[in-house]
Amino acid sequence: MLDAIQKAELELEVRGCLDAVTDPELDEPITDMGFIEHIEVTDERKVRVEFRLPTYWCSPNFAFLMAFGIRQEVSALPWVTAADVQLHDHCFGDEVNAGVNSGRAYHDIFAEHCDGARLDDVVEKFLAKAYDRRQETVLLGLQALGHTPREIVSMPLATLIGIDFDGEEEKRQKPRYLELLEVRGLAHDDDDPAFPTWEGQPIEAAELSEHLARLRSTRINMEFNGALCRGLAKTRYKEVEIGPDGPTLIDFIAGRVPPRKEAAARG
Amino acid sequence: MYTTKDGKEIFILDGHAHFWDGSPENQKNVHGKQFIDCFYAYHTNLSPPEELWEKSKFEKYSEDDIYRDLFIDGPDDMAIIQTTVLGEFYKNGFGNFERTIEMASRHPERFIVNGSFDPRDGEKALEYIHWMKETHDIQGVKMYTAEWHGDSKGWALNDPAAYKCFELCEKLGIKNIHVHKGPTIRPLSKDAFAVGDVDYAATDFVNLNWIVEHCGLPRLDDFCWIATQESNVYAGLSVVMPFIHARPRYFAEVMAELLWWVGEDKILFGSDYAIWTPKWLVEKFWEFQIPDDISAERGGVQLTEDIKEKILGLNIAKLYNIDVEAKKAQLASAPVQIAAE
Repeated sequence: MLDAIQKAELELEVRGCLDAVTDPELDEPITDMGFIEHIEVTDERKVRVEFRLPTYWCSPNFAFLMAFGIRQEVSALPWVTAADVQLHDHCFGDEVNAGVNSGRAYHDIFAEHCDGARLDDVVEKFLAKAYDRRQETVLLGLQALGHTPREIVSMPLATLIGIDFDGEEEKRQKPRYLELLEVRGLAHDDDDPAFPTWEGQPIEAAELSEHLARLRSTRINMEFNGALCRGLAKTRYKEVEIGPDGPTLIDFIAGRVPPRKEAAARG
Repeated sequence: MYTTKDGKEIFILDGHAHFWDGSPENQKNVHGKQFIDCFYAYHTNLSPPEELWEKSKFEKYSEDDIYRDLFIDGPDDMAIIQTTVLGEFYKNGFGNFERTIEMASRHPERFIVNGSFDPRDGEKALEYIHWMKETHDIQGVKMYTAEWHGDSKGWALNDPAAYKCFELCEKLGIKNIHVHKGPTIRPLSKDAFAVGDVDYAATDFVNLNWIVEHCGLPRLDDFCWIATQESNVYAGLSVVMPFIHARPRYFAEVMAELLWWVGEDKILFGSDYAIWTPKWLVEKFWEFQIPDDISAERGGVQLTEDIKEKILGLNIAKLYNIDVEAKKAQLASAPVQIAAE
C-alpha cells in the first residue's frame, strides 16, 4: 500500500518526466501547455495519465505522437509496472487510445491509419522547425548583446555555452537548442561552430539576416498555433454569462474536467 | 461604411462571414457539437471581453442579428456569406445555401452568397454547380477541404474529381474560390495543414481567383511562397484579424510578411462573423500601425491609409466586379433599415 503522500510524490515524478514530451507542432512541453489533466498512481504502481488537447480537431497524427511520447516517458520510470494513457474529447481519440495502450510499436499502429506509410517525414519536418525556432531565439539574443554577424556565425560551441542571457526566453531556449545540437550530432566538440543550419551547413556572415528572416517565418507559423492553443486550452469548457457588469467567462461544466489531484496535493 | 476620425468614408466589403445553425437541434452527432464548441472557444479566446456572446446566441443567431451586427452596429457595406455545409455533422447543414439565400433576399444589395460543393459527390456535384449558377447566379464558392464524407476525412484541391468541378466553375464563370484549409485527418502520414494543393490548382486554373482564408496559417511561409509565384492567389484575413487585439505584435509580423510577399493588392479583409464581429476589428485595424522594428525587418512596409482601404474592401470588390462608387451611391439612397427591426 502506498499512502497519500507517497502517491502524491510519485504523481509529481510522473508530471516531471512528462516535461520531455512536446507538442510537435508547437515545440512546447505538453505540461507547460496545460494538456495533462490527470495523473494517478495505484497501489500496484500502475500509472494512468489523462490528457486533453485544446480542441477536438487538433492534428490526429500529433495527438498520436504525444500519446506515445507519454507512454514512453512514463514506462521509462523504474518503478512503473504499467502505463495507461487516455486522450479525451478528440475526433480520433478512440483510435489513439486503442493504439497507445495496445503495447504495439507506434509505426505499426500508424501504418494502419495511413496506408502503410510512415510518419518519419512529418516528424523530421517538425523537428527541423523546432530547431529553427530555438536557434532564432539564441541568435536574436546574441544580436541584442551586441555580437556582430561575423562573431555569431563563427562562434564556437564552448563560447555559446559560456554566455549568460538575461531574457527569460533566451534562458529557456538555449539549453533546448544545445540539446538538439547534441542529439542530432550537429555540434559536439568545444570548437565546433555553434550555428550550423539544420542540414549541417555553415551560415555566411553576409547571409545571417536572410537566414534570420527564414527562421522568423517558421516562428510566425508556430506562434499562430501556440497562441491559439494556449488560449483555447484556457477557454475550452467555459461559457459566457451576461451579468449586470457585462459579459464574463465562467466554467460551465464544473466537475466535467477531472480535478487536478496532484495540484491539490501540492497546494 | 466606416467613417474615420477625420471624416473620411471607407467602403467595407467583408469577404468572409457566415450564417450558420450550430444549435443542438441541428447537430447530428458529437462532431457537430464539438465543431460549434471549437468555434465558440475561438470566439471566447480572441474577442475583447465586452464583445463576448452567450453560447445559445452563438449557436444560432437570427436574420435580424446578422443584419444588425454587420451593417447597423458594424461598419460593413457588403458581406460575402460563405457556405460551410458539414453534412456529416449537421442535419440541415451548418451553413445551408438555401437558408442563407432566403436570409440574404431581404437585403440583396448588401449580401453576396457563395455556394459550395463536395467533389466527392461526383456527377451530383457537377449538377449542383449548374443549379447554383442557373438559379442563384453565384460568383464564388467556399471549399472546406477538411470536410468529412463517408469514410473520407478530407480531400485535396488537386484531386481529379475536384478538377472536374473547377473546370465547370471556370466554364460557368464562377470565378472566386475561397479555400479554407482545416486540419485533414487521414492519412496520418501527411501534414494536416499542408497548402501545397493550392499551388497545383492555382497553376492549372489561372482564370479562377484562389482566396486562401487565414492565409494558409499555420503554413504562412508555404502560402507566401505560393502566392508570390501565382498571380491569382489572394490572402484572406479571416482568423488572422482578431489577433490584432489578443496579440498585436504578432498581428504586425503577419501583416509585414503578407505585405512583403503577397502585396497590398492581394490581401482581403474578412471578419469570420459570427466568430467575431466586424465593428471592433475594423476600428482597431484602422488605428493599427506596424511597429518600426517589425517594419524594418521587411523593407519598411507599413499599413498606410490607402493600403488599409484596399484591404478593407477595394481589393475584393474587383474580384466580385463591384463598382464601388455606384454601390456607395446605391447604399446611400437605401440606408440601413433600423426601423424595420
